[in-house]
Amino acid sequence: MILAVLEASEGSLKKISAELAAAARKAQALMHQDGVALLLIGQEAAAAEAAAKLDADLCLIVKGAAFGAYAAEAWAQAVVAAVGEVSAPLVLLGSTSFGRDLAPRVSGLLAAGMLADVGDISLVDGQPSAERSIYSSKVKASVASLSPVTVVTVRPNAFSPAGSGVAEAAMRDLDVQVDAASVRCRVREVRRQVASRPELTEASVVVAGGRGMKDPENFHLIEQLADLLGGAVGTTRATVDAGWRPHSEQIGQTGKTIAPALYINVGISGAVQHISGVLASRTIVSINRDVEAPIFKISDYGVVGDALEILPHLIEEVRSLN
Amino acid sequence: MQVVVLVKQVADTAARIKLADGKQDIDRQSASLIVNPYDEMAIEEALRIKEKHGATVWAVTLGEAKAEEALRTALAMGVDEAARVSAPASDALTVARALAQAVREISADIVIAGRSAADDEQGQVGTLVATLLDWPHVTEVTKLEISGSEGVAEREVEGGVEILDFSLPVVVTTQEGLNTPRYASLPGIMKAKRKEIRQIALGEDVVGQPVLAVRSLELPPPRGQGRILTDLDPAQAAKEIVRILHEEAKLI
Ligand SMILES: Cc1cc2nc3c(=O)[nH]c(=O)nc-3n(C[C@H](O)[C@H](O)[C@H](O)COP(=O)(O)OP(=O)(O)OC[C@H]3O[C@@H](n4cnc5c(N)ncnc54)[C@H](O)[C@@H]3O)c2cc1C
Ligand SMILES: Nc1ncnc2c1ncn2[C@@H]1O[C@H](COP(=O)(O)O)[C@@H](O)[C@H]1O
Repeated sequence: MILAVLEASEGSLKKISAELAAAARKAQALMHQDGVALLLIGQEAAAAEAAAKLDADLCLIVKGAAFGAYAAEAWAQAVVAAVGEVSAPLVLLGSTSFGRDLAPRVSGLLAAGMLADVGDISLVDGQPSAERSIYSSKVKASVASLSPVTVVTVRPNAFSPAGSGVAEAAMRDLDVQVDAASVRCRVREVRRQVASRPELTEASVVVAGGRGMKDPENFHLIEQLADLLGGAVGTTRATVDAGWRPHSEQIGQTGKTIAPALYINVGISGAVQHISGVLASRTIVSINRDVEAPIFKISDYGVVGDALEILPHLIEEVRSLN
Repeated sequence: MQVVVLVKQVADTAARIKLADGKQDIDRQSASLIVNPYDEMAIEEALRIKEKHGATVWAVTLGEAKAEEALRTALAMGVDEAARVSAPASDALTVARALAQAVREISADIVIAGRSAADDEQGQVGTLVATLLDWPHVTEVTKLEISGSEGVAEREVEGGVEILDFSLPVVVTTQEGLNTPRYASLPGIMKAKRKEIRQIALGEDVVGQPVLAVRSLELPPPRGQGRILTDLDPAQAAKEIVRILHEEAKLI
């Protein structure tokens, strides 16, 4: 079976989980496997119920003292046990802070090839392969795994979330023995930021402002537009360094990679380090007063003009649509 | 205490990248080579640990002789010792096996690596080294505090910040926000020039077989330029772009 490692928090599945289920179905057909198994580690029952409704055949549940708070050492052992349980040739995780932390540990334990941060999976000469964007998206590499088991981290928003299956997935508890005392690194606490907006890497609309916004105060215009479109707010390293915006909003090589359906950016020049984080966006709309700004070279639509004059009108126009 | 920083020399992605003949690799001759930016943060963090707690800081790289430039940069920043590993390693796992062996030989207590290398962007090597050594790991760290044989780290996750407790030995990987790397000092640069670099040569018996193969590289065609509205006043421009997004692109 193809195995997908789901993510949940406080009893509800994260969006990436349904995307992973969809990716697993695709991989199942490609690799002629007999089903899709989902793995939930250390989650509340409500998350398991939601997982069983995704389009999958089996839902493996791992519980126990060692699986309270996230600890990569324990969780990697649970994934390895699940890979063995369903003889998975391919295990999928999200390319999220959780998946990026856990997946290499799993690949190390299994001596498995890992295809990192990919948007699709294919078979080349019978081997799981993927196109990867490297060198700040300046180069595309076709990479193949050579090992019996392959670990994949799947980019958020790359697969449409799986709908519910014809039948509920069978649920099975998987017993994984890990001595909690042997775990040497563990999450003690998660400081949640109350988020009124979708998460940047998951959002289907992202509105970002750069140094061309002139003043941190002016970002209320960016926020207003984002809220009207149900989107997330992003920015550049220039404004983060200036202390205008938090690092969690930074998009680019040393920030987040986004892949929304619509990326609107305002007063952003389009430095390579920024662009490498936005190229997976489906549609890019840019507002910049400089017609020569490099951002226009990658834009589907652009407006040349003063952001502070255009944004209030833009907000009004969008509002009048609703 | 021994702190090892894993330093990779990478092509500067802000400069032009060309492919080598055969399209299996980039043209390294024409690339401008720098220390991976996340590894500079790793060097800085190691130096801060040294300044606070006392430690010998090692910079370790795996690569060709040219990669010693990256070690010289690390030495000039203030690192005490440097080692270059040469091994027949091609993918993340074989590189990690070689680096893990170097870490064993140095008897390190803390290994600091970058969250990912700016060239191949695998984001794996640090965690793989931890796994192969059977050490814990903490990735994408924005704050690090060591006290005695324990430590606390913070990392940004979707929708919040995680605080993690760990014990040494440990592998940590850096994230933007952790620190601002210092510049090399002039005396540092002079000293770095003369410093002997330890050579660690490893064979296939240590690194094993690769589990990934790069089939080919390609320079993707630039994303075509789209429709740019230039001569409209702000109200007209706003109206037109919303009309396009609503009626034509059906995105809003
Ligand atoms: C190792 C490294 C890593 C980096 N990582 C990142 C990263 O992850 N993300 C990132 O974003 N950057 C990153 N950078 C920085 C990057 O090189 C740029 O400096 C940065 O992206 C510029 O941000 P900006 O577009 O907001 O500012 P600027 O480059 O200053 O651009 C401002 C733009 O606003 C326009 N403008 C000005 N006034 C107006 C107005 N009134 N109306 C409309 N437009 C206006 C200007 O024409 C200009 O194009 C990195 C740099 C390095 C060296
Ligand atoms: N050849 C290498 N030599 C030294 N360190 C490396 C090497 N390759 C990777 N690393 C370390 O591992 C980190 C992550 O690399 P990667 O997994 O390739 O993205 C880098 O930031 C370095 O700290």
